[in-house]
Amino acid sequence: MTNLKEISIQVQEPGSQRLIISMAVAGFISGIIIISIYMLTFNTIKENKARELREAVFKVLPDVSSMQKLHFVDNKLLLVKSDGMDDDMIFAGYDTKGQFIGYAIQGKGPGFQDTIHVLYGYLSSNRTITGMEILDSRETPGLGDKIFKDMAFVGEFMGLPMTKDIKAVKKGTKSQDNEIDSITGATISSKAVVRIINKAFNIWSPRLPQPGNEPALEIEETKKEANNG
Amino acid sequence: MKNKDPKLLLQSAPLLHQELTTPAAMKDVWIALFPATCAALWFFGLSALLIIIASIAGAVLTEWVFTDKEKRRFALSDTSAGLTGLLLGLTLPSGLPLWMAFLGGSVSIGLGKVIWGGLGANIFNPALLGRAFLLGTFPIAMTTWGPAGGPGEFFQIHSSNLALPFMQGHYDALSTATPLGLMKFEHQGTELVSLFMGNTAGSIGETSSLFLLLGGLFLLIRRSIDWRIPVAIFSTAALFSLIMLLTSSAESTTSYPSPFFTLFSGGLLLGTFFMATDPVTSPLTPKGCWIFGIGVGFLVVLIRLYGGLPEGMLYAILLMNAATPLIDRYTQPKIFGR
Amino acid sequence: MATDTTAYEEMIKGLWRDNPVFVQVLGMCPMLAVTNSAINAVVMGVATFFVLVGSSFLVSSFKQWIPKQVRISLYIIIIATFVTVVDYSLLAMLPAIHKELGAFIPLIVANCMILGRQEAFASKHNVKYAVMDAVGMSGGFMIALFALGSVREILGVGALFGVDLFGSNFEPWVIMILPPGGFLTLGLLLLFFNWFTERRKQFLGKVAEADRAAVLGVDKNG
Repeated sequence: MTNLKEISIQVQEPGSQRLIISMAVAGFISGIIIISIYMLTFNTIKENKARELREAVFKVLPDVSSMQKLHFVDNKLLLVKSDGMDDDMIFAGYDTKGQFIGYAIQGKGPGFQDTIHVLYGYLSSNRTITGMEILDSRETPGLGDKIFKDMAFVGEFMGLPMTKDIKAVKKGTKSQDNEIDSITGATISSKAVVRIINKAFNIWSPRLPQPGNEPALEIEETKKEANNG
Repeated sequence: MKNKDPKLLLQSAPLLHQELTTPAAMKDVWIALFPATCAALWFFGLSALLIIIASIAGAVLTEWVFTDKEKRRFALSDTSAGLTGLLLGLTLPSGLPLWMAFLGGSVSIGLGKVIWGGLGANIFNPALLGRAFLLGTFPIAMTTWGPAGGPGEFFQIHSSNLALPFMQGHYDALSTATPLGLMKFEHQGTELVSLFMGNTAGSIGETSSLFLLLGGLFLLIRRSIDWRIPVAIFSTAALFSLIMLLTSSAESTTSYPSPFFTLFSGGLLLGTFFMATDPVTSPLTPKGCWIFGIGVGFLVVLIRLYGGLPEGMLYAILLMNAATPLIDRYTQPKIFGR
Repeated sequence: MATDTTAYEEMIKGLWRDNPVFVQVLGMCPMLAVTNSAINAVVMGVATFFVLVGSSFLVSSFKQWIPKQVRISLYIIIIATFVTVVDYSLLAMLPAIHKELGAFIPLIVANCMILGRQEAFASKHNVKYAVMDAVGMSGGFMIALFALGSVREILGVGALFGVDLFGSNFEPWVIMILPPGGFLTLGLLLLFFNWFTERRKQFLGKVAEADRAAVLGVDKNG
């Protein structure tokens, strides 16, 4: 009780030293708590992110069971093992026997509201897009977000021949192989997706090696592992 | 409605509040809208009639519900709620489900008028507020335009009109683009004659320039509206689009329409004569009216050319409505002797 | 101040009479920004609940050791610590929802309702009352968030917690899941709340008058 009384007297006239000490103690404790929660959740967060990406790659490249990340440096595609991601990286997908199947290529570009981040699967052997997945977007809910919610639109990118630039046309007027039916009410978002894919395609097609010369599978990163992670 | 151009100008400060609009002045607007409404029925048939009725019903019913019991007869007898409903109805596409038109009328009065304190206290034009709400809420239904038909198809009702409340309409015919949409997205012009007569796709009451002009002239002759606002809007819009047309480069991806196209397409005439001149939401002073009109004319061309939507009249007027209190404040005449 | 009210009353007042959103109109930023679906609203409510109860408990426990001059900074340190814990936990456990709530989880720090409760209540009352008050206030906040989120999701998507309510033919009110819908719904809910409170007051007034009349009548008769 006497102890408390002393403190409450001190509260009336605290010196600047006491103010600094109390702030420092609070900051120290808070820092310890923040670091421990960071350490505690670090692995789960990392795995979540990696799994999200892996699932996206497996989605756009069917029949793929393992993948590895490739980095384009000095006109060559090199294997990367680090976790970092940048725009010069693509993914190569392999089947259960380790045979190369196709690439998963990412592209970014302005949508109706904010940057749209697209990942698409590409078979270099017969120049076909096998699927498209929106990794990140902030399009209008209910309209622009149909670029990944409208399965008819997403489905148009499955088995799409990529001999020349694809084109978004008004819904129901698709007449050529390289045309995509836009979403009603979300023409700008649909066109943005098509534009992003064209842009990424034009950047990457000269960079990819001749079919048959793809890098072999080196690290084992299989679907089973991915699901465990 | 107030007379801003009297023979003898007598003003006393500060003139911030308006005298109450009388049913007699409302009658002028009803008469002026009559030709345009007839044109709407001619081109869009029974569908147009049903939409107008639904939107008037929504507006009047909301006014009735939110008015005190003692004031109800007085509030409804000035017919302003019905007029708001009619104006809203004229800005809707012919295939719109009727429940949406009803909801729009109800929002026009509820959010556009009652919530501000009733007639004369609102900042935004109620009919346009209702249309803005509908456009934001049902963007696809509000931009699916049915083609204009002739009198032979008068009794054909779009099946989408009869959608159950909260349900989507099923569109029977293929939708067409409005002249403004054609200009913006397909870079196609429309013949001035059909723009003038009204034989184009669009909102039911905005297509026929001829009948809108007739109504507007009637209002001007009766001095029910301030002549400065239409004159300022027309001249600014025409001049600005002419400048843009002359200075545009050949490889530009935007298509620049001619001044005549700008004036006779979309909702410019309907909005100018019947909404921008709404005495409650437009400036009080003559100088303010000029500023208001120039602002609307400039914004409408700007939005049409560079905005995401083909039509800009709605937002041009609403934006200038928002600026009206400020315009009034800075254009107050100085009191003599101070 | 709080000696004559019970802890239960401290809790219940935050739910309705002093509701932080409908009466005090505090914490509008998360209120408008994350209520475009019911699940987002509930997760935001739970996060705020955790932060407010935790910081009220700490502030009230350590109130004797907190110097007056730096109290706001100390409150913010305490709140920010809890917010960081929530942020990382959500990122680890519910990454999909964390992505949708985005920057608004870290922004709980700036929620004036939380700092307001520390300054106005927790720093002046003992631990029991402070925690009860925090539970009530964040409960009231959660109710408001949920009300807004469910109205917006039902009208804007035609679903509640992602469960389709009206079938595929429903015409969604797109505006409801966009920012204007947040303002519209909040305004209408405030209107309804005030209308209800007013009606209740009038009703109670009438009852009291009737009681008085009855008592007077008895007096006259007697």
